[in-house]
Amino acid sequence: MSTFSVKTDISNNAAIITLEGNLDSSTAPQFHEAVQKVIPLNPQELVLDVEKLDFMASAGLRVIIFAKQKLGSSVKLILVKPQYQLLETLKMTGLLFSVTLVDHYPE
Amino acid sequence: MADFDTRIDYYPTHELEGIKFRRGHVLPFGATMVPNGVNFSIYSSAATSCTLVLFEKNAEEPFAEIPFPKEFMIGNVYSMIVFDLDFENLEYGYRMDGPFDAAAGHRFDKTKILSDPYAKAIGGRDVWLGPPNWDKLYPFRSRLVFEDFDWEGDKPLETPTEDLIIYEMHVRSFTNHPSSGVKFKGTFTGLKEKIPYLLELGINCVELMPIFEFDEYEHSKKDAETGELLVNYWGYSTLNFFAPKSGYAATGKYGMQVDELKTLIKELHRNGIEVLLDVVFNHTAEGDHRGPTISFKGIDNKTYYMLTPGGYYYNFSGTGNTLNCNHPVVRNMVLDCLRYWASEYHIDGFRFDLAAILGRAQDGSPLSNPPLLETLAYDPVLAKCKLIAEAWDAGGLYQVGSFPFYGRWAEWNGKYRDTIRKFLKGDEGIVGELSQRIQGSPDMYHARGATAGVNFITCHDGFTLYDMVSYNHKHNESNGENNQDGNNDNHSWNCGIEGETNNVQINELRHRQIKNALSILMVSQGVPMILMGDEMGRTQFGNNNTYCHDNNLNWLDWELIEKNSDIYNFAKHIINLRRNHPVFRNKEHFRNTDFKDSGFPDISFHGTTPWQPDWSASSRVFAFMLDGNHAKNGSIKDDIVYVAMNMYWEALPFELPMLSKGKKWHVSVNTSMPSPFDFHPVSKEPKIEQQHNLIVGARSIIILIGK
Repeated sequence: MSTFSVKTDISNNAAIITLEGNLDSSTAPQFHEAVQKVIPLNPQELVLDVEKLDFMASAGLRVIIFAKQKLGSSVKLILVKPQYQLLETLKMTGLLFSVTLVDHYPE
Repeated sequence: MADFDTRIDYYPTHELEGIKFRRGHVLPFGATMVPNGVNFSIYSSAATSCTLVLFEKNAEEPFAEIPFPKEFMIGNVYSMIVFDLDFENLEYGYRMDGPFDAAAGHRFDKTKILSDPYAKAIGGRDVWLGPPNWDKLYPFRSRLVFEDFDWEGDKPLETPTEDLIIYEMHVRSFTNHPSSGVKFKGTFTGLKEKIPYLLELGINCVELMPIFEFDEYEHSKKDAETGELLVNYWGYSTLNFFAPKSGYAATGKYGMQVDELKTLIKELHRNGIEVLLDVVFNHTAEGDHRGPTISFKGIDNKTYYMLTPGGYYYNFSGTGNTLNCNHPVVRNMVLDCLRYWASEYHIDGFRFDLAAILGRAQDGSPLSNPPLLETLAYDPVLAKCKLIAEAWDAGGLYQVGSFPFYGRWAEWNGKYRDTIRKFLKGDEGIVGELSQRIQGSPDMYHARGATAGVNFITCHDGFTLYDMVSYNHKHNESNGENNQDGNNDNHSWNCGIEGETNNVQINELRHRQIKNALSILMVSQGVPMILMGDEMGRTQFGNNNTYCHDNNLNWLDWELIEKNSDIYNFAKHIINLRRNHPVFRNKEHFRNTDFKDSGFPDISFHGTTPWQPDWSASSRVFAFMLDGNHAKNGSIKDDIVYVAMNMYWEALPFELPMLSKGKKWHVSVNTSMPSPFDFHPVSKEPKIEQQHNLIVGARSIIILIGK
């Protein structure tokens, strides 16, 4: 079982989910559950704090796509300080264009 | 996903070695994720038992082996659902037991672990030329994939066949050279980064050389002289028909090649570019009786391979074995495969390597009504896919013009290639055939229309366009086969010196001949195909069979755009000319009459005197005129186009046909002029001063627009 943790905060109109450790198919359901909990709150921004997320592959990507589909195109998807592996994966799979990258949140 | 709480058949009923499982579903074949587990399904007509073997990714030994209970079988199909598996971390395979009786066609060996023919991803060659573990018990391992993907509304483009301009390319070669400037060299993502280049060039269709999983180490050897490792570079040797090559994906090391390829296809489609796959159903990577047992050989040898009465392997492919394509079971597998790529990857069409094999019976004899070709032609899922046959094989069956087509199949027109090459080098007696080829070969395809033939002058087999005008002979010594491999009938002419030269005249002639070749290709009816790099004068230094080279011989050198900017700019123009003039893109053949009452027939032939073509044996002159009122078989209006070709070694005066009142001749292309005067951009063509006569330079082509 990989080391992984997920934490959710709500602030103004934004939902902030902090992900740490390894996001793979065994830990993705926790992320999925966290996303499902914030959807009914209708946030205008979904912020993923991934500064301490070391690894993400297919299963994790799918939760992000799921979040985008469920929240709709008007909701901004923000990633805070993605590590190199995550950034490369987003570029290679074409997802980079659907998210906003920042160094701090709030900016 | 179904809610497993309410379905009554998604809970375990059996347990072995701590693994919980139950009877599975026969369909779909392969390994499919279901709630809480994986459904495995595989068939064999002659096995006596089958065992599922499970590994953790990259582990040496399996963590479980579960024999399929006989009571789970339906027909010849073994299926089971195994619960609580870690999808992303799983590799699986099968042991099949049965008779080993080579003469009867059976080669069962339960000591081997076999890969699932329907696996959607294969592990073992995750990264191109990654160092393999040669002692591995099970080298090419079946894996699971996530099938879901956000296509964002994408679907196959269904571009009319007559409007296609095909670019034949190799995924790795396209961007692996340092000069490509892309981040992820030699990969699907690298290709994606170069989409702006493809758009600027003007092509609207890429044909990818094999992207199904293959072993680049197959038959690899060190070159005796250079010490370089020669590998299975082109990939015409399939390990598995449902898995994209991990080594072509930048994310292959993370197991995300499926997503990466789908992302590439989505992006190509978004830019109006179709995707055709070069598929190799004529043989597999298992070789003959001396080759490895990877999959089919151990699962159902007698079914999958064409065998002689003595149990040896027929070799119509020249590579060791021949897939038994017209056996009903194999037909279904081929159909399942193509349906999978068409529906799950949105592929627009397929080019079938050595397709004559697909029309052979199980004993190798040619069929007049091959069930496989008929099945593919009529299949509903494939109904809008382009089906293109390389209509010959290595066993002497040449079917260009006679491939069983069922109203659907197109062919690589090898006769087009030969005719144009001979005309370009100034051979005698070619003009008659040339007139057929530029019309879309009605002599060969009269019942099928102009789009039955894919016109090409070059492809991966043979010289590049630059080498076709720089070498008389092949130079394949670096392949390590004593220059015995590769085609000898190149119909090429080196313009005076063999190979690289500083001679200014010769190089100018070579560039002109390249422009001549591209011009003829783009003004012909039928579907044009160009080879990657021909638009910038790519050379393989005379090697006409670079199948084994992972180096500059194959990698596209992007600095050639600058070095041969005259060729590059001309190529862009001639493609643009074709795209802007529907008169070049008929679906049906010409009627050779004026059925629109416009004053000119749809096509007319001319020589140095209008309306009087010179068909004599010594003629090297050919001109034709396409009437704009008859564009696209009369369905659309276009300008009149006149093309004059002079392959004599001297300039000749041509008298021009007279245009109707109000129209004047404008010049679009004149290959005898030095760059940048060799062409004028579409809609900026200058009117020619003298409207009745024209000098066409030696070995040159002029294209005029009448408007």
